[in-house]
Amino acid sequence: MNKSKLCVMDGAVLSMPKPWIRLSVRHLDFFYAGTQVLKEVSLDIRDSQVTAIIGPSGCGKSTLLRVFNRIYDAYEGQEARGEVLLDDENILTPNYPINRLRGKVGMVFQRPVPFPMSIYENIAFGIRHHERPSRSELDDRVEMALSSAALWGEVNGKLQQSALSLSGGQQQRLCIARAIAVRPEVILMDEPTSALDPISTMRIEELISELKEDYTIVIVTHNMQQAARVSDQTAYMYLGELIEIDQTDKIFLNPKKQQTADYVTGRFG
Amino acid sequence: MNPALRPYFLRRKIFDRAAKLLSLGAVVFALFWLIWILGVTLAHGLMALKPSLLNQMTPPPGEDGGLANALFGSLSMSFLAILIAAPIGIAAGTYLAETSRRRLWCETVRFVNDILLSAPSIILGLFVYTLLVRPFGHFSGWAGAIALALIALPVIVRTTDEMLRLVPDAMREAALSLGIPQWKLTTHVLYRAALPGIVTGVMLALARISGETAPLLFTALNNQYWSMDLGAPLASVPVVIFQYAMSPYEEWHALAWAGAFVITLLVLVLSLIARAVVAKNRVSNE
Repeated sequence: MNKSKLCVMDGAVLSMPKPWIRLSVRHLDFFYAGTQVLKEVSLDIRDSQVTAIIGPSGCGKSTLLRVFNRIYDAYEGQEARGEVLLDDENILTPNYPINRLRGKVGMVFQRPVPFPMSIYENIAFGIRHHERPSRSELDDRVEMALSSAALWGEVNGKLQQSALSLSGGQQQRLCIARAIAVRPEVILMDEPTSALDPISTMRIEELISELKEDYTIVIVTHNMQQAARVSDQTAYMYLGELIEIDQTDKIFLNPKKQQTADYVTGRFG
Repeated sequence: MNPALRPYFLRRKIFDRAAKLLSLGAVVFALFWLIWILGVTLAHGLMALKPSLLNQMTPPPGEDGGLANALFGSLSMSFLAILIAAPIGIAAGTYLAETSRRRLWCETVRFVNDILLSAPSIILGLFVYTLLVRPFGHFSGWAGAIALALIALPVIVRTTDEMLRLVPDAMREAALSLGIPQWKLTTHVLYRAALPGIVTGVMLALARISGETAPLLFTALNNQYWSMDLGAPLASVPVVIFQYAMSPYEEWHALAWAGAFVITLLVLVLSLIARAVVAKNRVSNE
Protein backbone atom coordinates (compact mmCIF):
# COMPACT_ATOMS: atom_id res chain seq x y z
CA MET A 1 0.00 0.00 0.00
CA ASN A 2 2.58 2.40 1.17
CA LYS A 3 4.92 1.20 -1.50
CA SER A 4 2.47 1.85 -4.29
CA LYS A 5 1.98 5.41 -3.01
CA LEU A 6 5.68 6.02 -3.16
CA CYS A 7 5.81 4.65 -6.68
CA VAL A 8 3.17 7.10 -7.82
CA MET A 9 5.14 9.84 -6.24
CA ASP A 10 8.37 8.72 -7.80
CA GLY A 11 6.59 8.69 -11.14
CA ALA A 12 5.63 12.29 -10.56
CA VAL A 13 9.19 13.19 -9.70
CA LEU A 14 10.43 11.71 -12.94
CA SER A 15 7.82 13.31 -15.12
CA MET A 16 8.27 16.76 -13.63
CA PRO A 17 11.65 18.17 -14.49
CA LYS A 18 13.25 21.16 -12.89
CA PRO A 19 11.39 22.74 -9.90
CA TRP A 20 13.11 21.66 -6.77
CA ILE A 21 11.38 20.35 -3.73
CA ARG A 22 10.55 23.00 -1.12
CA LEU A 23 8.54 20.96 1.34
CA SER A 24 8.92 17.27 1.74
CA VAL A 25 6.47 15.28 3.85
CA ARG A 26 7.56 11.86 5.01
CA HIS A 27 5.32 9.35 6.81
CA LEU A 28 3.26 11.99 8.50
CA ASP A 29 0.70 10.87 11.09
CA PHE A 30 -1.58 13.34 12.83
CA PHE A 31 -3.70 12.89 15.92
CA TYR A 32 -6.61 14.90 17.32
CA ALA A 33 -6.97 13.96 20.99
CA GLY A 34 -5.70 10.47 20.21
CA THR A 35 -7.76 9.94 17.04
CA GLN A 36 -5.61 9.48 13.98
CA VAL A 37 -6.67 11.80 11.16
CA LEU A 38 -3.63 11.61 8.88
CA LYS A 39 -2.09 8.26 8.06
CA GLU A 40 1.37 7.84 6.65
CA VAL A 41 1.16 10.81 4.33
CA SER A 42 4.20 11.36 2.12
CA LEU A 43 4.41 13.93 -0.64
CA ASP A 44 6.62 16.65 -2.10
CA ILE A 45 5.68 20.27 -2.62
CA ARG A 46 7.61 21.93 -5.43
CA ASP A 47 9.00 25.38 -5.65
CA SER A 48 7.28 28.03 -7.77
CA GLN A 49 4.28 25.84 -8.31
CA VAL A 50 0.76 25.67 -7.03
CA THR A 51 -0.08 22.44 -5.30
CA ALA A 52 -3.77 21.82 -4.75
CA ILE A 53 -5.07 19.43 -2.13
CA ILE A 54 -8.56 18.11 -2.83
CA GLY A 55 -10.82 15.57 -1.22
CA PRO A 56 -14.18 15.26 0.52
CA SER A 57 -14.89 16.97 3.86
CA GLY A 58 -13.01 15.45 6.74
CA CYS A 59 -10.36 13.84 4.55
CA GLY A 60 -7.60 15.68 6.41
CA LYS A 61 -6.62 18.19 3.74
CA SER A 62 -6.89 21.20 6.06
CA THR A 63 -5.12 19.30 8.81
CA LEU A 64 -2.24 18.56 6.45
CA LEU A 65 -2.01 22.23 5.54
CA ARG A 66 -2.02 23.23 9.20
CA VAL A 67 1.00 21.03 9.83
CA PHE A 68 3.12 23.01 7.37
CA ASN A 69 3.29 26.07 9.64
CA ARG A 70 2.55 24.16 12.85
CA ILE A 71 -0.46 26.35 13.56
CA TYR A 72 -2.05 23.28 15.17
CA ASP A 73 0.51 23.76 17.95
CA ALA A 74 -1.73 26.43 19.48
CA TYR A 75 -4.27 23.81 20.55
CA GLU A 76 -4.39 21.16 23.20
CA GLY A 77 -4.31 17.52 22.16
CA GLN A 78 -3.11 17.90 18.57
CA GLU A 79 0.01 16.06 17.60
CA ALA A 80 1.98 15.41 14.43
CA ARG A 81 4.47 12.54 14.00
CA GLY A 82 6.79 11.95 11.09
CA GLU A 83 8.88 14.37 9.13
CA VAL A 84 8.15 17.57 7.27
CA LEU A 85 11.33 18.91 5.71
CA LEU A 86 11.50 22.58 4.82
CA ASP A 87 14.81 23.37 3.13
CA ASP A 88 16.11 20.05 4.50
CA GLU A 89 15.25 20.79 8.13
CA ASN A 90 12.53 18.88 9.94
CA ILE A 91 10.06 21.48 11.15
CA LEU A 92 8.38 19.00 13.47
CA THR A 93 11.33 18.81 15.86
CA PRO A 94 10.18 20.43 19.09
CA ASN A 95 12.95 22.99 19.19
CA TYR A 96 12.50 24.19 15.60
CA PRO A 97 12.01 27.99 16.00
CA ILE A 98 8.31 28.20 15.40
CA ASN A 99 8.00 31.94 14.78
CA ARG A 100 10.80 31.79 12.22
CA LEU A 101 8.99 28.91 10.57
CA ARG A 102 5.81 30.98 10.35
CA GLY A 103 7.79 33.86 8.89
CA LYS A 104 8.83 31.48 6.10
CA VAL A 105 5.47 29.76 5.70
CA GLY A 106 2.58 32.21 5.53
CA MET A 107 -1.09 31.35 5.62
CA VAL A 108 -4.37 32.66 4.24
CA PHE A 109 -7.58 31.44 5.81
CA GLN A 110 -11.07 30.57 4.70
CA ARG A 111 -12.63 33.74 6.08
CA PRO A 112 -10.79 37.01 5.72
CA VAL A 113 -9.80 38.22 9.19
CA PRO A 114 -8.25 41.67 9.02
CA PHE A 115 -6.81 42.88 12.31
CA PRO A 116 -8.78 45.69 13.96
CA MET A 117 -6.35 48.31 12.66
CA SER A 118 -5.93 50.51 9.61
CA ILE A 119 -5.19 49.01 6.22
CA TYR A 120 -1.61 50.25 6.49
CA GLU A 121 -1.10 48.81 9.97
CA ASN A 122 -2.48 45.45 8.92
CA ILE A 123 0.42 45.08 6.51
CA ALA A 124 3.06 46.88 8.55
CA PHE A 125 2.40 44.88 11.73
CA GLY A 126 4.05 41.68 10.52
CA ILE A 127 6.94 43.47 8.79
CA ARG A 128 7.77 45.46 11.92
CA HIS A 129 7.85 42.31 13.98
CA HIS A 130 10.47 40.59 11.83
CA GLU A 131 12.53 43.58 10.72
CA ARG A 132 13.35 47.15 11.70
CA PRO A 133 12.64 49.06 8.51
CA SER A 134 12.88 52.84 8.25
CA ARG A 135 9.72 54.82 7.73
CA SER A 136 10.14 55.11 3.97
CA GLU A 137 11.23 51.49 3.59
CA LEU A 138 8.13 50.44 5.46
CA ASP A 139 5.94 52.60 3.22
CA ASP A 140 7.52 50.94 0.18
CA ARG A 141 7.07 47.46 1.57
CA VAL A 142 3.41 48.11 2.34
CA GLU A 143 2.85 49.44 -1.17
CA MET A 144 4.68 46.47 -2.71
CA ALA A 145 2.66 43.96 -0.71
CA LEU A 146 -0.63 45.64 -1.60
CA SER A 147 0.40 45.83 -5.27
CA SER A 148 1.36 42.15 -5.34
CA ALA A 149 -2.04 41.34 -3.94
CA ALA A 150 -3.70 43.50 -6.62
CA LEU A 151 -5.22 45.77 -4.00
CA TRP A 152 -3.05 48.90 -4.22
CA GLY A 153 -5.23 50.62 -6.81
CA GLU A 154 -8.32 50.22 -4.66
CA VAL A 155 -6.88 51.31 -1.31
CA ASN A 156 -4.27 53.87 -2.33
CA GLY A 157 -5.22 57.12 -0.60
CA LYS A 158 -7.22 55.47 2.16
CA LEU A 159 -4.50 53.48 3.87
CA GLN A 160 -5.37 54.97 7.25
CA GLN A 161 -8.96 53.74 7.10
CA SER A 162 -9.95 50.72 9.11
CA ALA A 163 -9.40 47.45 7.28
CA LEU A 164 -12.89 46.42 8.35
CA SER A 165 -14.32 48.98 5.91
CA LEU A 166 -13.18 46.89 2.91
CA SER A 167 -15.45 44.43 1.10
CA GLY A 168 -15.03 40.68 1.69
CA GLY A 169 -13.01 40.14 -1.48
CA GLN A 170 -10.81 43.13 -0.71
CA GLN A 171 -10.31 41.91 2.85
CA GLN A 172 -9.15 38.53 1.55
CA ARG A 173 -6.66 40.21 -0.79
CA LEU A 174 -5.53 42.30 2.18
CA CYS A 175 -4.91 39.06 4.09
CA ILE A 176 -2.88 37.76 1.15
CA ALA A 177 -0.92 41.04 1.09
CA ARG A 178 -0.35 40.70 4.84
CA ALA A 179 1.03 37.20 4.35
CA ILE A 180 3.25 38.28 1.42
CA ALA A 181 4.55 41.33 3.28
CA VAL A 182 6.79 39.31 5.61
CA ARG A 183 8.43 37.69 2.53
CA PRO A 184 7.60 34.04 3.10
CA GLU A 185 8.82 31.21 0.88
CA VAL A 186 5.61 29.24 1.04
CA ILE A 187 2.02 30.49 1.16
CA LEU A 188 -0.65 28.14 2.49
CA MET A 189 -4.22 28.82 1.49
CA ASP A 190 -7.07 27.10 3.26
CA GLU A 191 -10.12 27.37 0.99
CA PRO A 192 -9.34 31.04 0.40
CA THR A 193 -12.36 31.74 -1.79
CA SER A 194 -15.12 29.70 -0.18
CA ALA A 195 -16.54 32.78 1.55
CA LEU A 196 -16.32 35.01 -1.54
CA ASP A 197 -18.53 35.83 -4.52
CA PRO A 198 -17.60 34.60 -8.03
CA ILE A 199 -15.93 37.85 -9.13
CA SER A 200 -13.76 38.10 -6.03
CA THR A 201 -12.97 34.40 -6.45
CA MET A 202 -11.80 35.02 -9.99
CA ARG A 203 -9.54 37.86 -8.87
CA ILE A 204 -7.97 35.70 -6.16
CA GLU A 205 -7.39 32.90 -8.64
CA GLU A 206 -5.67 35.27 -11.06
CA LEU A 207 -3.61 36.48 -8.16
CA ILE A 208 -2.55 32.95 -7.25
CA SER A 209 -1.31 32.40 -10.79
CA GLU A 210 0.77 35.58 -10.59
CA LEU A 211 2.14 34.83 -7.14
CA LYS A 212 3.44 31.38 -8.02
CA GLU A 213 6.31 33.01 -9.90
CA ASP A 214 7.78 34.02 -6.57
CA TYR A 215 6.24 31.74 -3.99
CA THR A 216 5.49 28.11 -3.40
CA ILE A 217 1.74 27.88 -2.97
CA VAL A 218 -0.29 25.12 -1.38
CA ILE A 219 -4.03 25.51 -1.66
CA VAL A 220 -6.73 23.40 -0.04
CA THR A 221 -9.98 23.60 -1.93
CA HIS A 222 -13.40 22.04 -2.00
CA ASN A 223 -13.85 23.19 -5.51
CA MET A 224 -12.38 20.82 -8.07
CA GLN A 225 -12.72 23.28 -10.93
CA GLN A 226 -10.65 25.69 -8.90
CA ALA A 227 -7.94 23.09 -8.36
CA ALA A 228 -7.94 22.36 -12.09
CA ARG A 229 -7.75 26.07 -12.94
CA VAL A 230 -4.99 27.21 -10.62
CA SER A 231 -2.74 24.30 -9.72
CA ASP A 232 0.24 22.57 -11.32
CA GLN A 233 0.05 19.46 -9.21
CA THR A 234 -2.90 18.07 -7.33
CA ALA A 235 -3.09 15.72 -4.37
CA TYR A 236 -6.24 13.72 -3.72
CA MET A 237 -6.86 12.71 -0.13
CA TYR A 238 -9.46 10.45 1.38
CA LEU A 239 -10.02 9.51 5.04
CA GLY A 240 -6.65 10.77 6.15
CA GLU A 241 -4.67 9.05 3.44
CA LEU A 242 -2.99 10.47 0.41
CA ILE A 243 -4.51 8.51 -2.46
CA GLU A 244 -2.67 10.08 -5.36
CA ILE A 245 -0.53 13.07 -6.24
CA ASP A 246 0.42 13.98 -9.77
CA GLN A 247 0.40 16.77 -12.30
CA THR A 248 -3.01 18.41 -12.26
CA ASP A 249 -4.00 17.46 -15.81
CA LYS A 250 -3.12 13.85 -15.13
CA ILE A 251 -5.20 13.78 -11.95
CA PHE A 252 -8.20 15.21 -13.74
CA LEU A 253 -7.87 13.50 -17.14
CA ASN A 254 -6.06 10.30 -16.52
CA PRO A 255 -5.71 9.39 -12.85
CA LYS A 256 -3.91 6.19 -11.96
CA LYS A 257 -6.35 5.17 -9.24
CA GLN A 258 -10.01 4.32 -9.63
CA GLN A 259 -10.79 6.15 -6.36
CA THR A 260 -9.36 9.39 -7.72
CA ALA A 261 -11.22 8.97 -10.97
CA ASP A 262 -14.50 8.46 -9.10
CA TYR A 263 -13.96 11.63 -7.10
CA VAL A 264 -12.86 13.95 -9.88
CA THR A 265 -15.61 12.82 -12.22
CA GLY A 266 -18.18 13.48 -9.50
CA ARG A 267 -19.24 9.86 -9.07
CA PHE A 268 -18.30 10.14 -5.44
CA GLY A 269 -18.04 12.90 -2.87
CA MET B 1 -52.05 33.96 -2.10
CA ASN B 2 -53.37 30.44 -2.28
CA PRO B 3 -56.78 30.66 -0.50
CA ALA B 4 -56.22 27.26 1.08
CA LEU B 5 -53.28 28.70 3.03
CA ARG B 6 -55.23 31.63 4.43
CA PRO B 7 -56.25 29.98 7.75
CA TYR B 8 -52.61 29.12 8.48
CA PHE B 9 -51.57 32.62 7.67
CA LEU B 10 -54.22 34.04 10.00
CA ARG B 11 -53.09 31.75 12.80
CA ARG B 12 -49.49 32.84 12.40
CA LYS B 13 -50.57 36.44 12.46
CA ILE B 14 -52.48 35.93 15.71
CA PHE B 15 -49.53 34.17 17.33
CA ASP B 16 -47.22 36.91 16.15
CA ARG B 17 -49.44 39.61 17.65
CA ALA B 18 -49.81 37.72 20.92
CA ALA B 19 -46.06 37.19 21.28
CA LYS B 20 -45.39 40.85 20.56
CA LEU B 21 -47.99 41.96 23.12
CA LEU B 22 -46.61 39.64 25.79
CA SER B 23 -43.04 40.83 25.32
CA LEU B 24 -44.19 44.44 25.30
CA GLY B 25 -46.01 43.76 28.58
CA ALA B 26 -42.85 42.32 30.11
CA VAL B 27 -40.89 45.41 29.09
CA VAL B 28 -43.52 47.75 30.51
CA PHE B 29 -43.61 45.78 33.78
CA ALA B 30 -39.84 45.96 34.22
CA LEU B 31 -39.65 49.62 33.25
CA PHE B 32 -42.53 50.56 35.57
CA TRP B 33 -40.60 49.65 38.73
CA LEU B 34 -37.36 51.05 37.46
CA ILE B 35 -38.92 54.40 36.58
CA TRP B 36 -40.76 54.49 39.91
CA ILE B 37 -37.52 53.91 41.85
CA LEU B 38 -35.62 56.44 39.76
CA GLY B 39 -38.46 58.96 39.95
CA VAL B 40 -38.70 58.82 43.74
CA THR B 41 -34.92 59.00 44.11
CA LEU B 42 -34.72 61.95 41.74
CA ALA B 43 -37.60 63.84 43.32
CA HIS B 44 -36.41 63.47 46.89
CA GLY B 45 -32.77 63.78 45.95
CA LEU B 46 -33.21 66.96 43.95
CA MET B 47 -35.06 68.57 46.83
CA ALA B 48 -32.21 67.69 49.18
CA LEU B 49 -29.46 68.93 46.87
CA LYS B 50 -27.55 71.95 48.13
CA PRO B 51 -24.01 73.30 47.77
CA SER B 52 -23.15 72.44 51.38
CA LEU B 53 -23.29 68.74 50.45
CA LEU B 54 -19.83 69.13 49.01
CA ASN B 55 -18.12 71.12 51.73
CA GLN B 56 -19.79 70.12 55.01
CA MET B 57 -19.38 66.95 57.01
CA THR B 58 -22.05 64.46 57.97
CA PRO B 59 -23.81 66.10 60.93
CA PRO B 60 -24.80 64.78 64.33
CA PRO B 61 -28.53 64.26 64.88
CA GLY B 62 -30.73 67.28 64.45
CA GLU B 63 -28.16 69.48 62.73
CA ASP B 64 -27.63 70.50 59.16
CA GLY B 65 -24.58 69.28 57.27
CA GLY B 66 -23.25 67.72 54.06
CA LEU B 67 -21.68 64.59 52.62
CA ALA B 68 -18.15 65.81 51.89
CA ASN B 69 -16.36 63.21 54.01
CA ALA B 70 -18.59 60.40 52.73
CA LEU B 71 -18.13 61.42 49.09
CA PHE B 72 -14.38 61.56 49.50
CA GLY B 73 -14.34 58.18 51.24
CA SER B 74 -16.52 56.55 48.59
CA LEU B 75 -14.55 57.96 45.68
CA SER B 76 -11.14 57.13 47.10
CA MET B 77 -12.07 53.59 48.17
CA SER B 78 -13.87 52.81 44.90
CA PHE B 79 -11.07 54.07 42.69
CA LEU B 80 -8.43 52.42 44.82
CA ALA B 81 -10.40 49.17 44.59
CA ILE B 82 -10.53 49.46 40.79
CA LEU B 83 -6.83 50.30 40.70
CA ILE B 84 -6.16 47.03 42.52
CA ALA B 85 -8.76 44.88 40.78
CA ALA B 86 -8.43 46.03 37.15
CA PRO B 87 -4.82 44.94 36.45
CA ILE B 88 -5.24 41.65 38.29
CA GLY B 89 -8.65 41.01 36.77
CA ILE B 90 -7.57 41.79 33.21
CA ALA B 91 -4.44 39.67 33.58
CA ALA B 92 -6.42 36.75 35.01
CA GLY B 93 -9.14 37.07 32.36
CA THR B 94 -6.48 37.10 29.65
CA TYR B 95 -4.88 33.99 31.12
CA LEU B 96 -8.23 32.17 31.09
CA ALA B 97 -9.12 33.20 27.55
CA GLU B 98 -5.71 32.62 25.99
CA THR B 99 -4.59 29.42 27.69
CA SER B 100 -6.05 26.97 25.24
CA ARG B 101 -3.73 24.17 26.25
CA ARG B 102 -5.04 23.51 29.77
CA ARG B 103 -8.78 23.48 29.38
CA LEU B 104 -9.75 21.58 32.53
CA TRP B 105 -7.73 23.85 34.78
CA CYS B 106 -9.21 26.96 33.19
CA GLU B 107 -12.76 25.65 33.50
CA THR B 108 -12.11 25.07 37.20
CA VAL B 109 -10.81 28.60 37.67
CA ARG B 110 -13.81 29.98 35.78
CA PHE B 111 -16.16 28.03 38.02
CA VAL B 112 -14.49 29.31 41.18
CA ASN B 113 -14.56 32.83 39.79
CA ASP B 114 -18.28 32.52 39.15
CA ILE B 115 -18.78 31.47 42.76
CA LEU B 116 -16.87 34.54 43.88
CA LEU B 117 -18.96 36.62 41.47
CA SER B 118 -22.20 35.54 43.10
CA ALA B 119 -20.92 35.37 46.68
CA PRO B 120 -22.91 37.64 48.99
CA SER B 121 -20.88 40.79 49.48
CA ILE B 122 -21.36 40.64 53.24
CA ILE B 123 -19.29 37.46 53.31
CA LEU B 124 -16.45 39.18 51.47
CA GLY B 125 -16.75 41.97 54.03
CA LEU B 126 -16.46 39.50 56.90
CA PHE B 127 -13.49 37.84 55.22
CA VAL B 128 -11.62 41.11 54.97
CA TYR B 129 -12.70 41.95 58.53
CA THR B 130 -10.98 38.87 59.94
CA LEU B 131 -7.97 39.43 57.70
CA LEU B 132 -7.34 43.16 57.87
CA VAL B 133 -9.47 44.66 60.64
CA ARG B 134 -9.24 42.30 63.60
CA PRO B 135 -5.46 41.81 63.54
CA PHE B 136 -4.92 45.60 63.47
CA GLY B 137 -7.59 46.35 66.02
CA HIS B 138 -9.33 49.07 64.02
CA PHE B 139 -11.39 49.66 60.89
CA SER B 140 -9.66 51.28 57.95
CA GLY B 141 -10.12 52.69 54.47
CA TRP B 142 -7.57 50.22 53.13
CA ALA B 143 -9.66 47.30 54.35
CA GLY B 144 -12.70 48.89 52.71
CA ALA B 145 -10.89 49.33 49.41
CA ILE B 146 -9.69 45.74 49.45
CA ALA B 147 -13.16 44.41 50.23
CA LEU B 148 -14.49 46.41 47.27
CA ALA B 149 -11.62 45.17 45.10
CA LEU B 150 -12.60 41.58 45.91
CA ILE B 151 -16.12 42.34 44.67
CA ALA B 152 -14.90 44.06 41.51
CA LEU B 153 -12.29 41.41 40.69
CA PRO B 154 -14.55 38.54 39.53
CA VAL B 155 -16.63 40.95 37.43
CA ILE B 156 -13.51 42.12 35.60
CA VAL B 157 -12.11 38.59 35.23
CA ARG B 158 -15.39 37.41 33.77
CA THR B 159 -15.90 40.25 31.30
CA THR B 160 -12.26 40.24 30.13
CA ASP B 161 -12.38 36.47 29.63
CA GLU B 162 -15.67 36.66 27.72
CA MET B 163 -14.71 39.62 25.58
CA LEU B 164 -11.43 37.98 24.56
CA ARG B 165 -13.17 34.72 23.80
CA LEU B 166 -15.53 36.59 21.49
CA VAL B 167 -12.54 37.42 19.28
CA PRO B 168 -12.61 34.69 16.62
CA ASP B 169 -9.87 32.04 16.73
CA ALA B 170 -9.22 32.87 13.09
CA MET B 171 -7.84 36.24 14.24
CA ARG B 172 -5.41 34.49 16.60
CA GLU B 173 -4.36 32.06 13.89
CA ALA B 174 -3.90 34.89 11.41
CA ALA B 175 -1.49 36.67 13.76
CA LEU B 176 0.32 33.48 14.82
CA SER B 177 0.72 32.48 11.17
CA LEU B 178 2.69 35.69 10.59
CA GLY B 179 5.20 34.54 13.18
CA ILE B 180 3.80 36.88 15.84
CA PRO B 181 4.43 35.48 19.33
CA GLN B 182 1.55 35.01 21.76
CA TRP B 183 2.34 38.04 23.96
CA LYS B 184 2.36 40.38 21.00
CA LEU B 185 -0.79 38.81 19.62
CA THR B 186 -2.48 39.49 22.97
CA THR B 187 -1.29 43.06 23.47
CA HIS B 188 -1.42 44.32 19.88
CA VAL B 189 -4.32 42.44 18.33
CA LEU B 190 -6.63 40.88 20.90
CA TYR B 191 -6.71 43.77 23.38
CA ARG B 192 -7.40 46.12 20.51
CA ALA B 193 -10.25 43.96 19.31
CA ALA B 194 -11.70 43.48 22.80
CA LEU B 195 -10.94 46.89 24.30
CA PRO B 196 -14.48 48.34 24.35
CA GLY B 197 -15.76 45.25 26.12
CA ILE B 198 -12.95 45.22 28.67
CA VAL B 199 -13.40 48.93 29.46
CA THR B 200 -17.14 48.40 29.83
CA GLY B 201 -16.43 45.56 32.26
CA VAL B 202 -14.21 47.77 34.41
CA MET B 203 -16.83 50.56 34.37
CA LEU B 204 -19.56 48.14 35.36
CA ALA B 205 -17.42 46.85 38.20
CA LEU B 206 -16.87 50.43 39.36
CA ALA B 207 -20.60 51.13 39.16
CA ARG B 208 -21.32 47.97 41.11
CA ILE B 209 -18.91 48.68 43.98
CA SER B 210 -19.81 52.34 44.30
CA GLY B 211 -23.16 51.28 45.74
CA GLU B 212 -21.92 48.45 47.98
CA THR B 213 -22.75 48.85 51.66
CA ALA B 214 -22.40 45.53 53.43
CA PRO B 215 -18.66 44.97 52.95
CA LEU B 216 -17.90 48.51 54.08
CA LEU B 217 -19.79 48.08 57.37
CA PHE B 218 -17.21 45.50 58.42
CA THR B 219 -14.14 47.19 57.03
CA ALA B 220 -14.14 50.98 56.65
CA LEU B 221 -17.08 51.42 59.00
CA ASN B 222 -17.84 55.15 59.09
CA ASN B 223 -16.39 58.45 60.19
CA GLN B 224 -18.25 61.60 61.14
CA TYR B 225 -15.30 63.83 60.50
CA TRP B 226 -13.18 64.80 57.55
CA SER B 227 -10.45 62.22 57.13
CA MET B 228 -8.09 61.48 54.28
CA ASP B 229 -6.32 58.79 56.24
CA LEU B 230 -6.94 55.42 54.60
CA GLY B 231 -5.44 53.77 57.67
CA ALA B 232 -8.37 54.97 59.78
CA PRO B 233 -12.14 54.43 59.61
CA LEU B 234 -13.54 56.16 56.55
CA ALA B 235 -17.02 57.40 55.73
CA SER B 236 -18.78 56.33 52.54
CA VAL B 237 -22.01 57.38 50.89
CA PRO B 238 -23.78 53.97 50.99
CA VAL B 239 -23.04 53.51 54.69
CA VAL B 240 -24.23 57.05 55.44
CA ILE B 241 -27.43 56.37 53.49
CA PHE B 242 -27.93 53.19 55.49
CA GLN B 243 -27.35 54.94 58.80
CA TYR B 244 -29.34 58.08 58.05
CA ALA B 245 -32.28 56.45 56.33
CA MET B 246 -32.90 54.23 59.36
CA SER B 247 -32.85 57.20 61.72
CA PRO B 248 -35.86 59.21 62.97
CA TYR B 249 -34.40 62.64 62.02
CA GLU B 250 -35.73 64.69 59.11
CA GLU B 251 -32.35 66.29 58.28
CA TRP B 252 -30.71 62.88 58.08
CA HIS B 253 -33.45 61.60 55.78
CA ALA B 254 -32.83 64.49 53.42
CA LEU B 255 -29.10 63.77 53.39
CA ALA B 256 -29.77 60.08 52.72
CA TRP B 257 -31.90 61.02 49.72
CA ALA B 258 -29.19 63.36 48.49
CA GLY B 259 -26.64 60.54 48.84
CA ALA B 260 -28.89 58.15 46.92
CA PHE B 261 -29.28 60.74 44.20
CA VAL B 262 -25.53 61.31 43.94
CA ILE B 263 -24.77 57.58 43.71
CA THR B 264 -27.46 57.02 41.09
CA LEU B 265 -26.04 59.91 39.10
CA LEU B 266 -22.52 58.51 39.42
CA VAL B 267 -23.60 55.10 38.14
CA LEU B 268 -25.46 56.76 35.28
CA VAL B 269 -22.41 58.81 34.33
CA LEU B 270 -20.16 55.73 34.47
CA SER B 271 -22.52 53.80 32.20
CA LEU B 272 -22.63 56.72 29.78
CA ILE B 273 -18.83 56.89 29.71
CA ALA B 274 -18.64 53.16 29.08
CA ARG B 275 -21.12 53.49 26.23
CA ALA B 276 -19.25 56.44 24.80
CA VAL B 277 -16.00 54.44 24.80
CA VAL B 278 -17.68 51.60 22.95
CA ALA B 279 -19.34 53.94 20.46
CA LYS B 280 -16.13 55.84 19.78
CA ASN B 281 -14.25 52.64 19.16
CA ARG B 282 -16.94 51.39 16.80
CA VAL B 283 -16.77 54.58 14.76
CA SER B 284 -13.00 54.39 14.44
CA ASN B 285 -13.37 50.81 13.21
CA GLU B 286 -15.61 51.86 10.36
